Amino acid sequence: MRRYSPKKNVQAKAKYNDRFWVAPRVPRESIEEGSYFAEAVEALQANGIEVLESFVELGQLVVKINPEQNIATLTTLKEKSCVKMCSELSAVDYLEQDGEFEIFYQLLNLDRAQRVRVVTRIKEGQAIESIEKIFKMANFAEREMYDMFGIYVNNHPYLKRILMPDDWYGHPLLKTYPLQGDEHASWYEVDKIFGKEYRDVIGPEIRDTATIDRYDTERFSRVGHEVPFGADPELVDTTEKSIEDGYSKTVLTDYTTGSRELENRR
Amino acid sequence: MQQPNKLKPFFENLNFERKDNTMVINFGPQHPSAHGQLRLVLELQGEQVVKAYPDIGYLHRGVEKMGENMIYNEFLPTTDRLDYIASTSNNYAFALAVERLLGIEDKVPRRAKVIRTMLLEINRIISHLFFLATHALDVGAMSIFLYAFREREYAMDLMEDYCGARLTHAAVRIGGVPLDLPADWISNLSNFLNKLPEQIKLYEDLLTENRIWKMRLEDVGVLSPEDALSWGCTGPMLRGSGHAYDIRKEEPYELYDELDFDIPVTTRCDSYGRYRLYMEEMKESVKILRQLVSMYPKTEPKLMAHAPQYISAPKEEIMTQNYALMQHFVLVTQGMRPPKGTVYAPTESPKGELGFYIVSEGEPYAYRMKVRAPSFFHTGLLQELLVGTYIADVVTIIGSTNIVFGEVDR
Repeated sequence: MRRYSPKKNVQAKAKYNDRFWVAPRVPRESIEEGSYFAEAVEALQANGIEVLESFVELGQLVVKINPEQNIATLTTLKEKSCVKMCSELSAVDYLEQDGEFEIFYQLLNLDRAQRVRVVTRIKEGQAIESIEKIFKMANFAEREMYDMFGIYVNNHPYLKRILMPDDWYGHPLLKTYPLQGDEHASWYEVDKIFGKEYRDVIGPEIRDTATIDRYDTERFSRVGHEVPFGADPELVDTTEKSIEDGYSKTVLTDYTTGSRELENRR
Repeated sequence: MQQPNKLKPFFENLNFERKDNTMVINFGPQHPSAHGQLRLVLELQGEQVVKAYPDIGYLHRGVEKMGENMIYNEFLPTTDRLDYIASTSNNYAFALAVERLLGIEDKVPRRAKVIRTMLLEINRIISHLFFLATHALDVGAMSIFLYAFREREYAMDLMEDYCGARLTHAAVRIGGVPLDLPADWISNLSNFLNKLPEQIKLYEDLLTENRIWKMRLEDVGVLSPEDALSWGCTGPMLRGSGHAYDIRKEEPYELYDELDFDIPVTTRCDSYGRYRLYMEEMKESVKILRQLVSMYPKTEPKLMAHAPQYISAPKEEIMTQNYALMQHFVLVTQGMRPPKGTVYAPTESPKGELGFYIVSEGEPYAYRMKVRAPSFFHTGLLQELLVGTYIADVVTIIGSTNIVFGEVDR
């Protein structure tokens, strides 16, 4: 039987889990009456935006909305609640659990030093409207989101990959994407530099930096089995040889008096 | 594709387009003024830039992905590689985000807070001196480069005395700092603080009223206040456009609410104004450090927060008490499990707002780790800021945005 490995989430997971342990949650506070956050939520509702959920988490207002209303929400916040800056925008991959992406807009009101987070969820394959018209920072941020998650952004002026190469296959921050890269990643540079026809000659790129090849005599030779650099390992005698000098013997030598074992080793 | 012949020789970086008389020129990614790995494709009409396209990703290492596949303590040294000019700022921003998530921000001992704030401000000075040196070098003032690097070296010696590393410090831990200050560190710091203002005066004497420096910087890279907000500019880029917003003042963390310092702001909106801000901020950092020096002796010698569920006990306890050893073993091998929740903790790094957005699902690995790096948005801004300027000013503007590619590409 082949060992079962989950395909939908290939990220690192805890090796030991207590069955009876339930993770606590960071307290979600309700919004104080008459506070700036309450005004912001009221302004949203007054402009016909359906606020699915709103609470305060670690001092920041979190507003959950429908993805179709993201433009209206951000415009209202910008005009009515004086939220002039969008600090960050990106997505979280919940495809395994819900088949959805969570998109967040981290906003800042500079005058009152208050932060608002607008959160919305889209289905896999669903596109979201670009907020580039409202906050120009979305130009780069949405491109990064597209690059990392493959989320299409409608009406973006230049929706292309930003961090990965243009001809890259796959979206690296998805939970289905392994840390060392997938099959395509291991062939990418081979195809680029040598061409596809050289795949058999070169072999796939080793993308795990911790890999140790015990047959690679140049970089990973065993002590006592070193092969001169560039020499053909076939011609070098690599048979097991018993080493006369015990390692522990040399270590125990008193270096100050200069005993014979040390002299021999030199 | 170019078809080179004798009349049209092959130029690696140039592409002549006959139709609209513009020239497309490629700048970087291996250009000494590209501040690392910036590739800029410029469309020129004569000497004027009509279109700029910043191309990034040449230093992409997938730090966010690594953050999702490492336990929290394991990821901390990786954050060094973001803004490698001021590593402690990154370490601290990450540590602060996790501390807020764990709810132990107030439990960090006061001595640790003093040390952290000191390190943050030394890093600010290191970063600002680096900015000054490279910016001046880009513009053509070579001697400043040597002067500024000399002082930066003294500041880096202080960092080295504290944590043993010059660039990748990893000097902060989640919940405190690992070590107390070495024996004569405070006196070394005081000596440095006495010398630095004289040096800053020297730089200012050389540059501030310098005719060439002013000609190269004044009214170059003008960023309007509205654009600064819209493009998500933070730090000196934002304050250079007249918005007095510094996270240290507005959303104070560590000891910044107790310290007396000012936030320099200018409404000049150009590179010269930003240069002046950097100089003033260094003076403010000196002021802050002087106050911290007098704060340090009044603190208890405790360095790490007491939160046994998340933070290992001090070494003496681990070595002597069984339960502390067990806790330590679990925390090292399995990692801490923060509560479920989402945190975004903004800090004022030397470049601007550096924040970590962490989504925790109660696992020892973060479910989502997003690094909000100021330089990323400042690079995006270039596509608008460069249009209409002359090719000679391009390098000045790139230098003035103070982007570091470790955190642009992450």
